[in-house]
Amino acid sequence: MKIENCKFQIDPVVSGVRLLKDGSRNLQFRVCNFQFAMAFLIASFLLLVLANAAFAQKKSSCIECHIKLDDTRLSAPAKLFDNDIHKSRGLSCNDCHGGDPNADKKEDAKNPSKGYLGKPKTLDIPAYCGKCHSDANLMKRFNPSLRVDQEREYYTSVHGRLLKEKSETRVATCISCHSVHGIRAPSDPLSSVYPSNVATTCAKCHASADYMKPFGIPSDQFDKYKTSVHAKALYDKQDLSAPTCNDCHGNHGATPPGIASVANVCGQCHSRQAELFQTSPHKKAFDDKQLAECITCHSNHAIIKPNDQMIGTQQGTLCVNCHSNGDKGFIAAGMMRSRIDELIASIDKSTAILKDAEQKGMEVSKPKFELKGATDALTHARVLIHSSSTAEVDKVVAPGLDAAAKGYQAGLAALGERRFRREGLVVSLVFILFLALLVYLKIRQIESRSASASNKG
Amino acid sequence: MRINDLTNWLDERLAISTLMHLADKKEVPVHRHSIWYYFGGMTLFLFCVQVATGILLLLYYRPSAENAFESVQFIITEVKFGWLIRSIHSWSANLMIATLFIHMFSVFFLRSYYPPREITWVSGAFLLIIVICFGFSGYLLPWNKLAFFATKVGTEIAGVVPIVGRPILRFLRGGDDVTGATLTRFFGFHVAVLPATATVFIGVHVALVQLHGMHVPKKYEDSYQRMKFFPNFILRDAIGWILAIGVLAALAALFPWELGEKADPFAPAPAGIKPEWYFLFMFQTLKWIPAKVLGMDGEVLGIMAFNLIALLLFIVPFIDRDPENRRRHLIFNICGVVALMYIVVMTIVGYVAK
Repeated sequence: MKIENCKFQIDPVVSGVRLLKDGSRNLQFRVCNFQFAMAFLIASFLLLVLANAAFAQKKSSCIECHIKLDDTRLSAPAKLFDNDIHKSRGLSCNDCHGGDPNADKKEDAKNPSKGYLGKPKTLDIPAYCGKCHSDANLMKRFNPSLRVDQEREYYTSVHGRLLKEKSETRVATCISCHSVHGIRAPSDPLSSVYPSNVATTCAKCHASADYMKPFGIPSDQFDKYKTSVHAKALYDKQDLSAPTCNDCHGNHGATPPGIASVANVCGQCHSRQAELFQTSPHKKAFDDKQLAECITCHSNHAIIKPNDQMIGTQQGTLCVNCHSNGDKGFIAAGMMRSRIDELIASIDKSTAILKDAEQKGMEVSKPKFELKGATDALTHARVLIHSSSTAEVDKVVAPGLDAAAKGYQAGLAALGERRFRREGLVVSLVFILFLALLVYLKIRQIESRSASASNKG
Repeated sequence: MRINDLTNWLDERLAISTLMHLADKKEVPVHRHSIWYYFGGMTLFLFCVQVATGILLLLYYRPSAENAFESVQFIITEVKFGWLIRSIHSWSANLMIATLFIHMFSVFFLRSYYPPREITWVSGAFLLIIVICFGFSGYLLPWNKLAFFATKVGTEIAGVVPIVGRPILRFLRGGDDVTGATLTRFFGFHVAVLPATATVFIGVHVALVQLHGMHVPKKYEDSYQRMKFFPNFILRDAIGWILAIGVLAALAALFPWELGEKADPFAPAPAGIKPEWYFLFMFQTLKWIPAKVLGMDGEVLGIMAFNLIALLLFIVPFIDRDPENRRRHLIFNICGVVALMYIVVMTIVGYVAK
């Protein structure tokens, strides 16, 4: 159906709404399909209503009031909450503290009859957080992969036991480590429990001599840790898999590992060393003497990068702390060290000759690559010393020495080849110059002949 | 008797005696600047060395990202005298570009492009472009780290050219990035397309030189002597070629061409990547040119300027064609000296710059 002489034309054939220009230069709307247009208008209206509802802020009188308060103790929670992970999951103040966020008056909002709980006491904090975090069904709504045993585990920790059994409120609770109102996910680099922030967080209490005094524990762990190979990996190399406090002590169940469990703790990462130690003669000796396994040689917080000077029979090595001249361990330590030193010397010799050949322009990348077999053997031998068995160490040192010897031979061959090239060059140049001289003499001969011919002519 | 019969038989078919007669008549002018005549022949000789050593390298070279580096490594470590062939190929390539530049500038300053030698100059300019393409494509073939990133940067520069840049970049790389596909097509250019094209242009260039004879600068037109091409000049050429073999052997033995590390497309670009020395002056210019010049992108402007200069190079004999025009003569001399100084200075700066 078409309506003539009207600015709006309805055309059921064409779909869509277009602005047209007719011959008389009047603008016309051609509305195609009246029903379509109506449906479009209704849908737009509904969309506006829904969008308005969705974008409307959820009322929170707690934040509205607290954010305006002059007392920073009272305004800080409202400000910090903006970055809190709970807020990003749709939770608000009343979800923890109770009360009525819709009430405009303080008395109504904080009315206990409306479930207002207020600020929890330190003793109650684990249970306070545990209301949700220990509820598997509830947590599924927010983060199904998050564990729900933190509260239970906490009460097994030294912190938790002191809190529960001795009502000691100076110990760490959930908020001491995770902060409060500005809680971030542990994967957030700004979180106080992000791997590179954990040690600093623990050090807030544990590095304070005054704070630790009543508990009778040292406060130098953080300073020692900072000198360790683990801290260097974490801070200098930004290796987030490097261990920090909680990786050895646990987090919610934080407890110092006892003598019996130290090896298991270190063995989480250094599994091969731990396995070798279990089969070594040291195992029984350490158990008998009640020595903690790994840390007796490597220390605990200030674990330096292991080096070859730690093993052997010289003064300053760790072995002589227990072994004396002539005993089996003393002899084994001396032999293992000498085999490792032999391999190192052999690798150094091969590396030097290959480097020399390379600097002299010879292509030695293949023997250099093959020399990696010797350096791998050295790494393996250094691990195998945890077996305290000279025979085990020798099993990898021998092929390592072979690989290093091959590298040296390749270096010698490369330098020999270089000599051959230079000698060959001298011979070639003599021949080449002689040939050039012959040609030169030929030219002179030809030119003197033609000169004498032209003179005669 | 039989040899005479064979000679006659061949002569009837190949006109050998006519060619020998022509060769016997061929003469080369002798004057103060005759030395420059040798550089064309030297460039041609080094090209022949490239062809010979290139064919030998082809016996073992494998053009793929997986095998290229290993095959060159095999050539220089396992193949008997493979190191020598590979090093001579690399050194000869560089010497050839050097002698080509010397030849070009000598021809420019001696005005050897004056009529009727315009086409000889144009074919020479084409050969310059071809040789540079040879260098650029050959540099990537060992598939080492430096070559990989230099090719990446080089092709990126080509990609900056407005409108045609992006299609050129994709054509050169065989995709959006430098990959095994780039290596394969660079190999194709290097051993098939460019040699075929070069052979045609060398043929035209040499034929035209024979047709027009050697150019004598105006200054010596009335006073120069003559030397027979066969055998006097060719034997002098031969001394140069024999000595060139000696130089190449010495360079190969004393300074073997490095192979470096295998290219790793996922590794970050090493610091201080530089192209081959003959691209350094352009590279340094692009490094120094401001980001914006008169509202235009500096890099684009620089590349367009180099393209314009290359175009001007081709039309030199059509602009400067009157030997009597002293003013134009002076302008061209100044332009030539400035260009030469610019190339030398910027190459040195590019070489020492970090």
